[in-house]
Amino acid sequence: MLDRKLLRDLARLWAQSLAIALVMACGVMTLILAMGATRALEDTRAAFYDRTRFADVFASATRAPESIKPAIAAIDGVSSVETRVVNPVILEIAGMAEPATGMLISIPDRGEPAVNRLYLRSGRMPEPGHPDEAAIIESFAEAHGFRPGDTFAVLINGRKRQLSVTGITLSPEYVYAIGPGDMVPDQKRFGVIYMHRAVLEGAYDMKGAFNDVSLTLSHNADKDEVMARLDAILRPHGGTGAYDRTDHMSDAFLDSELTQLRAMAQVIPPIFLFISAFLVNMILSRLIALEREQIGLLKAVGYSNARIAGHYAKLTLLISLVGVVIGAIAGTRLGHGMASLYGEFYSFPFLVFSQRPDLYVISTGVTFAAALAGAANAIAGAVRLPPAVAMRPPAPTGYRSLFTGGQGGFRLPFSQLTIMALRHLVRWPLRTALTTLGTALPVALLITSLFAFDSVDHMIDTVWFRADRQDATLTFASDRPEDALMAAARLPGVIAAEPFRAEAATLSNGHRSRRVQIIASDPDTDISRVLDRDFKPIRLPPNGVLLSERLAEHLDLKPGDQVEIELSDGRGRRVLAPLVGVTNSYVGLNANMSREALDRLSGIGPRLSGARVMVDESRIRDLYAEVKQTPAIASVALQGISRQRFKEVIDENIGISITIYVSLAVIITFGVIYNSARIQLSERARELASLRVFGFTNAEVSSVLLTELGVMVVLAQPLGWLVGRGLAELVAKGFESDLFRIPLIINPHTYAVSSLVVLGGAIVSALIVRRRIDRLDLIRVLKTRD
Amino acid sequence: MKTDQAAPSPPIFAVTGLTKVYRSGDVEVRALNGVDLTLEAGEMAVMLGPSGSGKSTLLNIIGGLDRPTTGSVRFKGEELSEAGDRQLTAYRRDHVGFVFQFYNLIPSLTAWENVALITEVAANPMEPGDALALVGLESRMHHFPAQLSGGEQQRVAIARAIAKRPDVLLCDEPTGALDSATGIIVLEALARVNEETGATTAIITHNAGIRKIAHRVFSFLDGRIASCEINETRIKPSEVSW
Repeated sequence: MLDRKLLRDLARLWAQSLAIALVMACGVMTLILAMGATRALEDTRAAFYDRTRFADVFASATRAPESIKPAIAAIDGVSSVETRVVNPVILEIAGMAEPATGMLISIPDRGEPAVNRLYLRSGRMPEPGHPDEAAIIESFAEAHGFRPGDTFAVLINGRKRQLSVTGITLSPEYVYAIGPGDMVPDQKRFGVIYMHRAVLEGAYDMKGAFNDVSLTLSHNADKDEVMARLDAILRPHGGTGAYDRTDHMSDAFLDSELTQLRAMAQVIPPIFLFISAFLVNMILSRLIALEREQIGLLKAVGYSNARIAGHYAKLTLLISLVGVVIGAIAGTRLGHGMASLYGEFYSFPFLVFSQRPDLYVISTGVTFAAALAGAANAIAGAVRLPPAVAMRPPAPTGYRSLFTGGQGGFRLPFSQLTIMALRHLVRWPLRTALTTLGTALPVALLITSLFAFDSVDHMIDTVWFRADRQDATLTFASDRPEDALMAAARLPGVIAAEPFRAEAATLSNGHRSRRVQIIASDPDTDISRVLDRDFKPIRLPPNGVLLSERLAEHLDLKPGDQVEIELSDGRGRRVLAPLVGVTNSYVGLNANMSREALDRLSGIGPRLSGARVMVDESRIRDLYAEVKQTPAIASVALQGISRQRFKEVIDENIGISITIYVSLAVIITFGVIYNSARIQLSERARELASLRVFGFTNAEVSSVLLTELGVMVVLAQPLGWLVGRGLAELVAKGFESDLFRIPLIINPHTYAVSSLVVLGGAIVSALIVRRRIDRLDLIRVLKTRD
Repeated sequence: MKTDQAAPSPPIFAVTGLTKVYRSGDVEVRALNGVDLTLEAGEMAVMLGPSGSGKSTLLNIIGGLDRPTTGSVRFKGEELSEAGDRQLTAYRRDHVGFVFQFYNLIPSLTAWENVALITEVAANPMEPGDALALVGLESRMHHFPAQLSGGEQQRVAIARAIAKRPDVLLCDEPTGALDSATGIIVLEALARVNEETGATTAIITHNAGIRKIAHRVFSFLDGRIASCEINETRIKPSEVSW
């Protein structure tokens, strides 16, 4: 019989129950989404790495003889070794004016590589004896519509060569395929090309030699020791220092995505669970207050406390069940969507959204637990009620004379209707506080997602308009003497050119050390500038080094401290240089010096690695054409395209997440405000109907309810801004990696939009409840006792 | 039942042929079944009758809370039965004071504030303090309803009802929830208000003992006025035997 009451209660409370269920559904959805996506990425990555034997340690050298390979293999802990010839190239693709950059990577002439194997998607691998055959990575092939049998041109060591595509592959090294100088993948402008070792050895004069080595390690290997030994072996051959997966671009990007997903799983679902617990508490407390007499009756006729508690617990669980089902369906569907979105960014042979049952069990478990935790207090109230007391009406509610509009003395300019609203708020401070917090959280959630726009705009402004203002960065195939700058300046369309020198180096301070590129420019460099923490350009000092904030933190260095620098030129010289300043940087770990200082440090005099150029836009095609013909230029990074691509990728990503966050915020707002208004209306139906009887209009009567809601919603705004700023700070910190740093920039506009969305949601929810005021039964309430 | 008294100005209420039928499903309940009555300015009327005899329905209709099924209600010559929601709201606001069995005070407002609630929106109100003094509650003005006894709460309700200087004061079982001593105090307040403000006062009660304080007594039975008696000599509320 109690179960029949349960279903009728649920039918009667359907709107409020649904509002709560939807909030729970959001929690379940985000939990399933974040945990499912985390697992999808983790599992897929692990499986793919395992299958393709992704290397643990990577290193490159200028030119190392193949004869040292056994020595590398003999390092304790190394389980397999693969040596390769790897070279950047400029690609020429029909119908594409701007030059694309490629990475030519050798594959063994016979058999599969021992490490970093390829996953063949279609076609076949190049055959020995066909020097113009190549396999290419899928992202690049898809961007250009290449299929086996198609051809394109590359500039290999100065000679244009037509390559024929035999197969489309995936590589564990390029799951996230990002080209030199880019911040996000540009599948069209970056390709990886696999050719036989013999062909590349011939083309680059590397007969019997290699310039790239990858190792896999045994389980118990001491990685640091292996890397140190490898460095020692490669040093005489221009080794630039071994690094592990942490410093591997593709894997590091995957890692940072996983970090974000885990952060999402930890931060977002608890917000929803907290709010649903509060809403359950609110609605159940009211229900039990209304059913006081029924509870008394049930107890009087012999129902046990356990059965009564069980009855309300069942109601709570039924509501939760609705939420869990909606959330699980939505989470699974969105999860598939997210997996296919990942499919666009990450080149895995397969990416399956994890739907293992434990995910659903966990989500259901935490949702039920949160709901019951919210219900506990209300149910305990029902259990404690002695039957005799339960059947009498509750004692009238006492109020305190705050906000007095009393005669004489100080009088606040409030009408009695306003005083009614305010006193009610103060009478239930905890509920008022929680409702306010519940309304503040969607504001905070919106700020947390919308601030990304502000930060990205700021990043774009800083990176492309204040710091790296060049139109293109030309990287030379090998270091050149200073007169190469003149050649660069004479390229068609080039208005101005500034030289730079880049050297791989290990910076250390005590036991802390970091492998980075030192970028050296002229002191008064104007095209590409180094900015201080106030975004002001710094003149590069004749001595010493400037480090970006994060790098300085890593190394625990303050301006004035000495940095130990070891250039990765194989000479093993260590030099101390003072840290002269800390710079602002959002991308990568940066170390800057003046060219003069780096030239002195290297001991081999002035050398240039490339030039940054400003280009006359009307002649950009001439420049592209010339660059494609110039073997001395190994790669060209185009700032305009890079910036545009960055904006596209970020906008798409943010666009999707904003749609999700706005929906979530609206659902929370509706859940909180609608329920709060319904409960107020239920508690005060008699008062409000009395007001109508006394001749107050519907508008005046509604104003009591709306004032009460309004105060909470208005108070929620600054609170939401504050919490939002805090969460945004956490998110920015969570995103921070050696690759990227997201500045915490929140424009006033973002606060305003977040508030407006929530205010809009609140107004709609309140108006839905307001319609009920118009339908109050005036006569019935006069005949009943409260 | 019409009275034969002639009056130079129209009566406060002129009710003719009033019926009220409630339908719920196939069941039809005739709450009023052809009621005629007039109430004059300053008159105090008591309406007696068993539960379901139609007295509360009549009060609700002349109070502008409900509409008749057929028939006419004129307030100072104006037809009420065809008024819209908005006009009825304005009518209740400007002309009617209500007193109910369960007081219907706003628990979050003090006695003074409960009265001020009404005077704030009235055209020509008394001072809330004066209205409370009229019912003898000047010393309890700043108490909340939860701090007042039942009789005190009902007197606050009366003060609230008369503070706007209404033309009519409609009381539905004002002493129904009170003991006799408290009930007498409340009736005294009503009689005093009727005398001092001249508000036409209609009191619904089960308690036949109260009949002697009125000018006229209407007895209801089965949706009709069964009889109307005129009290040639009225007694004071303190003389009412409960």
